[in-house]
Amino acid sequence: MKKTWVKTGLSAVIVLSSLFLLQRLLTPKYVDDVVEGAFVAEYYQEEKDHDVIFIGDCEVYENFSPVALWQDYGLNTYIRGSAEQYIWQSYYLLEDTLRYETPQAVVFNIQSLQFDESQREAYNRMTLEGMEWSPVKVKAILASMKPSEHFLDYVFPLLRYHSRWSELSAADVQYMFSTKQVSHNGYYMRVDVRPAENVPAGKPLADYSFGENAWKYLEKMTALCKEKGIQLILIKAPSLYPYWYPEWDRQVQNYAEEQGLPYLNFLELQEETGIDYATDTYDGGLHMNLSGAEKLSAYFGRYLREEIGLPDRRGEAGLDARWAEKAAAYEAEKLAQYEYYGIEKEN
Amino acid sequence: MLFTSYSFFGFLALLFLAYYLLPRRMQWPLLLGASCLFYYLAGPVYLLYILTTAATVYLAGLLMGGNLERQSAYLKAHKADLSKEEKRAYKDGQKRIRFRWFLLCLLLNLGILAVVKYANFFIANVNGVLSAFGGGELSFLSLALPLGISFYTFQAVGYLIDVYRGTVPAERNFFRFALFVSFFPQLIQGPISRYGDLSQTLYQEHPFDPKALSRGLQRMLWGYFKKLVIADRILAAVSTITGGPEEYRGAYIFVGMLFYTLELYADFTGGIDITIGVAQALGITVQENFHRPYFSKSLKEYWRRWHVSMCAWFRDYVFYPVSVSPWMRRFTKFSKEHLGEQAGRRLPVYISSFLVWLATGIWHGANWNFIVWGLANYVVLMLSEELEPAYARFHKRFPAAGGSFAYRLFQVGRTFLLVCCLNLFDCYRSLSETFGAILSMFTVPNWHILWDGSLLELGLSGLDYGILAAGTAVLLGVSLLQRRGSVRERIACRPYPVRFAVWYGLFLAVLLMGAYGIGYDASQFIYNQF
Repeated sequence: MKKTWVKTGLSAVIVLSSLFLLQRLLTPKYVDDVVEGAFVAEYYQEEKDHDVIFIGDCEVYENFSPVALWQDYGLNTYIRGSAEQYIWQSYYLLEDTLRYETPQAVVFNIQSLQFDESQREAYNRMTLEGMEWSPVKVKAILASMKPSEHFLDYVFPLLRYHSRWSELSAADVQYMFSTKQVSHNGYYMRVDVRPAENVPAGKPLADYSFGENAWKYLEKMTALCKEKGIQLILIKAPSLYPYWYPEWDRQVQNYAEEQGLPYLNFLELQEETGIDYATDTYDGGLHMNLSGAEKLSAYFGRYLREEIGLPDRRGEAGLDARWAEKAAAYEAEKLAQYEYYGIEKEN
Repeated sequence: MLFTSYSFFGFLALLFLAYYLLPRRMQWPLLLGASCLFYYLAGPVYLLYILTTAATVYLAGLLMGGNLERQSAYLKAHKADLSKEEKRAYKDGQKRIRFRWFLLCLLLNLGILAVVKYANFFIANVNGVLSAFGGGELSFLSLALPLGISFYTFQAVGYLIDVYRGTVPAERNFFRFALFVSFFPQLIQGPISRYGDLSQTLYQEHPFDPKALSRGLQRMLWGYFKKLVIADRILAAVSTITGGPEEYRGAYIFVGMLFYTLELYADFTGGIDITIGVAQALGITVQENFHRPYFSKSLKEYWRRWHVSMCAWFRDYVFYPVSVSPWMRRFTKFSKEHLGEQAGRRLPVYISSFLVWLATGIWHGANWNFIVWGLANYVVLMLSEELEPAYARFHKRFPAAGGSFAYRLFQVGRTFLLVCCLNLFDCYRSLSETFGAILSMFTVPNWHILWDGSLLELGLSGLDYGILAAGTAVLLGVSLLQRRGSVRERIACRPYPVRFAVWYGLFLAVLLMGAYGIGYDASQFIYNQF
């Protein structure tokens, strides 16, 4: 009898440990090439006492620099952004954030209102996999899954990535149990330049109304912020493409007015922000490069300080030290990227 | 609920738990509930179809069984009063009554099958004729094909015939009979069980037996290996080739033919392994449906080893009844008198076989391809029969060659290729496409595709081919080992670390090399819709 128990126990240990190791090995690490999938998870390594949390898609994580916001305005900010983050994911990321901290302001980029259901599984994965397990993550998964997806695949990613063994790289082994920082408080840095030229105009749509589901989550987000005493700020980042229709903008304006929320459409603030689409974008107008992100941060930081009344926290011992470290990493990556892209900088 | 879905695993886990935790007298009612749930989840309306079949066949069985009992009681009570002629007359009268019930029920159930499965095929052909004469067009019916309708209808009809013949007693409990018709593991693709076989273990109380459970799970794992690692992986190439009959011709047809034959085997036998494994884990014995068919030395032998339950069904319920029917006996006599002894002996067999293969083709699907496939099998089998004397002469003249390993290998290879060719009718949507594909194998000289990298553009990478080659080698190895008995039993005799390594290795192979999840167009089992 004892022998049977030993055999069973040993077998169980081998099975469970090998499956665990396989899962760690086969799950994408997002440390090189496509790093966007690592952003959401990085938040949990942070000290959580931020004044401002940004939520949204690439239009937030590529367009605002928390280091610049700190250095120029003493704002302690974090971007909980991810690639094509859908509004229900933004909502649940906000709920998730509120499990740890209550910021004074939440900035939400309204680009994702155009989607009423998840478009691609890959984007779901890049947002949801990084979330720590909690009832909020369960709700986020259930709200995001496409019909072809299974909840169990999120619980056991090995089932989803079982065939990745054919494309494993050295990074998959190196980062089985560790990870490396790929963002700067959620900001994804790019220093290269590709001017915006011949940006296509939007094609006429049959219906410009946002979907019911999208509205539902915006309303939930508004209600949650009100309940927690958080100032919700709606923004439209200055990305030229995908096209932002005036009809969409009017709907957001009306909603913001109804709810008494500030709404900043940066596409209309080009003069104020100083964005130059010939030098401040790295992909022809879709996203800002470092120069664009720092210009936008300079404008928006001032807005947050002056209009929203957020405090300058420079001088707080712990924060100063923390941000000094972050700034050093930020500068180091700048230099590395300048070198990589062969860009000469004057300072 | 597909056998390869997560929900099926959850369903099974809960069922196994409840099955062995509840009082044993609850086991078969639990299975009935689970089967109904399984079928309901496939489509609530489908449940109505299967319940109709179960209810009507049960009722007819009850009426026939009751009639038989009354007949026995009457004859016993009047043993001394009745003359032989009176007894015969009474029996004939009772038999006619039973036959009426039998025929009514048979027509009703085959009628349901015919309408849902073949009505639109019939309409399409009528429309074809009408359009040739400039006539109108009949509307198609929008009827969904209930899951596994051919399987459960044949299983129920088999019972009906058995009760009519008096070879099995009528089941008195409707719920027990409903379980026989709807037993979920075999609902999707068979085997077509006989009441006399399945009922022996289906309603028994089964104490928890770890050995039976583990053997069942092992059999299921082997089925999943065949289905997920081989069948669903090779599916991409098969779909590419057969989906583009204009583009993929010549040697591609040859490749597609081999691939499809492998896919069909891995898919169908894999599904049956899962069925038998689930049943075994529940303590229930379901008959084997395959006996290493690709090792057959003739087509006749192949059909004794492939889809055994279906072939036996057609043999017992179509071939024999037709062969010994009064009109066939009269025809045999007539043939012998007018065409000679030889022809008189063969013609009835050929006619019965023709009907069997026509029915087999129709059973496989509402498509002329299947009908021609059935008849092509018939032609080859009859030709083999006719050539039998020539073979006998050859073996007599060259006794050494006939018994050699090389000759047996030749026979196996020849039969395999023949089966591959016949399977082409199953691959294409129309006869013109099928015959065009077959013809192109001999007229389009593009054999260079076998080595110039073209095969890597069929939806399979080099790695996929590697996995398929390894999987097929395992399949072949296991088939060879099976000649000397159950492989599972032999593994079970090995020390624990070896057993653990074998089964866990197989599990990992399915887990890591199985073609499932997003990115794979996981197919349903091929025989689902028959």
